[in-house]
Amino acid sequence: MDISTERQGSTLFANVGDRIDGTEARNFQETLTSVIDEEVKALILDLEELSYISSAGLRVILLTARVLQRQGGKLAICSLSDPIREVFEISGFDKIIPVHSTREEAASAIGA
Amino acid sequence: MSTDRPYKILVVDDEPDLEPLILQRMRRDIRRKQYTFVFARNGVEALEKLSDDESIDLVLSDINMPQMDGLTLLSQIPNVSTDVRSVIISAYGDMKNIRTAMNRGAFDFVTKPIDFDDLRVTIERTLSHLLEWRDALESRNKLTVLQNELDIASHMQQSLLPSHFPEGATFQVYGRMEPARNVGGDFFDILNREQGRLGVVVADVSDKGVPAALFMMSSRTLIRAMSIGSATPGEVLASVNELLLEDNDSTMFVTLFYAVYDPENGTFTYANGGHNPPLLVHSDGSSEELPLTGGIALGLVPDFEYEEHTLRLMPGDALILYTDGVTEAMNEEHEEFGVPRLVEVFEAAPPIDAEDATGRVFSAVHDFAGDADQSDDITCMVLHRRQ
Repeated sequence: MDISTERQGSTLFANVGDRIDGTEARNFQETLTSVIDEEVKALILDLEELSYISSAGLRVILLTARVLQRQGGKLAICSLSDPIREVFEISGFDKIIPVHSTREEAASAIGA
Repeated sequence: MSTDRPYKILVVDDEPDLEPLILQRMRRDIRRKQYTFVFARNGVEALEKLSDDESIDLVLSDINMPQMDGLTLLSQIPNVSTDVRSVIISAYGDMKNIRTAMNRGAFDFVTKPIDFDDLRVTIERTLSHLLEWRDALESRNKLTVLQNELDIASHMQQSLLPSHFPEGATFQVYGRMEPARNVGGDFFDILNREQGRLGVVVADVSDKGVPAALFMMSSRTLIRAMSIGSATPGEVLASVNELLLEDNDSTMFVTLFYAVYDPENGTFTYANGGHNPPLLVHSDGSSEELPLTGGIALGLVPDFEYEEHTLRLMPGDALILYTDGVTEAMNEEHEEFGVPRLVEVFEAAPPIDAEDATGRVFSAVHDFAGDADQSDDITCMVLHRRQ
């Protein structure tokens, strides 16, 4: 799993790359936890480089959304490749986590 | 060396002078509750003390004694205690006896006349070795207990899966689950429902290991309970979803496909809680994935309504229900098995028997994966309407 972040005020962009399987899900969670401070109000996960995500990985995204919600923040995802979009559609996660085509669209949608 | 109790040292010597000498020279260690000493006059007496008193940590023994000598004592100690270390007292330069003693399990030796500073160092070294050994033993025991519990959990989980498969004049059903680790999150179920109808379930809990297995077990119980009576698949998923949500702080979830099959007319009504759509294979080998119904995985969103969809199995049709362990199985080049390879399994040879079809899916996945590690549980169930 590769992850790189970029901060713009209270908005955090995270590029999540490669694969998040059952083992990587823990690293993914730890990394996200370490970059989210109390000031973060919007987290946009850019999944363009992501080729695989397991159900454990989906769970991390959900947990992160709840963490943000508790501090009045929001989470959105964008730039999904076809296989990742399919995972979100099949699991119904596209109904829980807002999905957008670009970073800009995601950022304006969650008011960042 | 840290101590929560004084270490107990058994001194074995036929010389009556040694007892007062040790008590005198080691008095500070005794007063500081570092050590406590007990004494025996020969090997026989020493063995009796060892078997009576499990708290003895160290045996400090002379070699030449009446009744039973120190070397014989060394060879007998493991019969009464394995949690003790021995140090031998030998004549200076008596390499033959020292070697024999070491070969019989003595940890170290001191020579006569006893140098008490040297004795102190030797005792400390021996005890710290004993402590490390006890730690290692404890860790190993804990691991063994844990492993046993995991084995039991795994066994329980496998025993919850159907092992008898209902069969009718017009249909046949078969399933199998291969867990990736000891306990996994996949399960499938086959339920006899009213008027000869059949309930089928395939599910996958997020994450693996013991928490996932517990979540799996409650999902299974809930779906069994809620599907009794006349509730439709959509209603069953909605109520299981609510019940799973009740005390799910961990955001664990389960993707679950539930359907009711009526062998009378071949109708198959399903609701899908975020699970991979099953593959419908026709008797000519062509196939299609069942349409998604927009359901969310269970345990996440309250008050969610699960849509239902109905289709009719024609004679010769088979439904391949599976978890992503099948399609996401990887080979050594990190390629996924994928839906197209599943389609290929039946293209040339359409299913004629549910058990055989299930076996063919597993063989295809195993052949594809080769020596690559299995990272996820693999589940496949086949419902076949006979020609």
